[in-house]
Amino acid sequence: MSHSTQNDAHHGHDDVAHHIPVYWKVFWALIAGTIITVALYSVHFQSVAVTIAVAMFVASIKAFLVAGYFMHLLSERKMIYGILAATIFFLIGLMGLTIWGSHDQPTNTVTKTFYVP
Amino acid sequence: MDIPYTVKPRPDTGLYNAKVGIWLFLASEVMLFGALFSAYILLRVGALDGIWPEVKNAWPHGLLNIPIGTFNTAVLITSSVTVVFAWAALKMNNFARFRTCMVITIVCALGFLSIKSFEYNEKFTHYELRLKDGKAFTGHLEVNGKHPGFWDFSSIYNLARLTEEKVEKVKFVADPPQPKPGEKHEGKHEHASMEVATSDIVHLDAFIPRNHTFFAIYFLITALHGLHVLGGAIVLAWFTFPGKKMWLTDPERFTNRIEVGGLFWHFVDLVWIFLFPILYLL
Repeated sequence: MSHSTQNDAHHGHDDVAHHIPVYWKVFWALIAGTIITVALYSVHFQSVAVTIAVAMFVASIKAFLVAGYFMHLLSERKMIYGILAATIFFLIGLMGLTIWGSHDQPTNTVTKTFYVP
Repeated sequence: MDIPYTVKPRPDTGLYNAKVGIWLFLASEVMLFGALFSAYILLRVGALDGIWPEVKNAWPHGLLNIPIGTFNTAVLITSSVTVVFAWAALKMNNFARFRTCMVITIVCALGFLSIKSFEYNEKFTHYELRLKDGKAFTGHLEVNGKHPGFWDFSSIYNLARLTEEKVEKVKFVADPPQPKPGEKHEGKHEHASMEVATSDIVHLDAFIPRNHTFFAIYFLITALHGLHVLGGAIVLAWFTFPGKKMWLTDPERFTNRIEVGGLFWHFVDLVWIFLFPILYLL
């Protein structure tokens, strides 16, 4: 029995076969990214902020690779980009307001030491 | 009645409906995990300076096992690439390869969860101890010759329970001192065993959510992520075994189902890509 699944305009048979080596490259890049993240941890950066920034930078590259290649976001329809743009807008709002709000907190509000005699 | 646009793209969106649906769902998931990430950041920056457990409300460092976390990250990345290979195999009319890739994905998912549960157990059996003389330790507890905690929630002790059960003395095997932020475990790994009188204890509890905000947010986020892994694995397993009959009747729709399931799976991988450095390394 033969099946034809070449309905999708932007993912034909040959197109998909062409993508397999790309998926392998992305896979090895993700593994390398993980190793780099852990390796950077053993480098003692001066400040915690630098450590966080470096870790988030590597994580962002990995996230771009997964979203861009595995989730095919690099060649998607406008509708999906629209949904994602709205999501990113609200996510930045959510994160931004939370972090902004953290400065509005009196020092040590919830950090009284209950158990130290 | 047929569900519209399961295969053919809807003219106005240019997409089959399930794809719009899954992206809307993933958008809501981004907000769900985003809220928890921002809660984590708030708790992290709100923690007192200093080294936990000496400073009660400081942020604990080095409690999670980095090699295990790294291995689990690799397991999830592997499952992510096999799910995209499974979809590609269907696009190339190769059902056998699809099934092989899917089985690897599901095995990876179960492997991830098994490793995670091993890590959880390590936390349930680990204790924080504070004494009246101001000293604080982490380590393992022995009550009446038994090590409580192994996958048995009712066996977890705290000070109130010790008092209630009139336990006068416990044995405590203390860990070596905790590393500072950004440092690895260094020096001697001495595990000092000591007898502690219950009357000398001011605080005793396992590494569980009620004990510290770090454990609360750690268990909340990783358990929610774990539920996503479990849910995704169940759906993918259903597609691979009982759901495969659609491949014979409507292969294009089946392929689209795999793509949509795969998108969810990649999202679960994406969340872990951010969770791993935040929880294990920072």
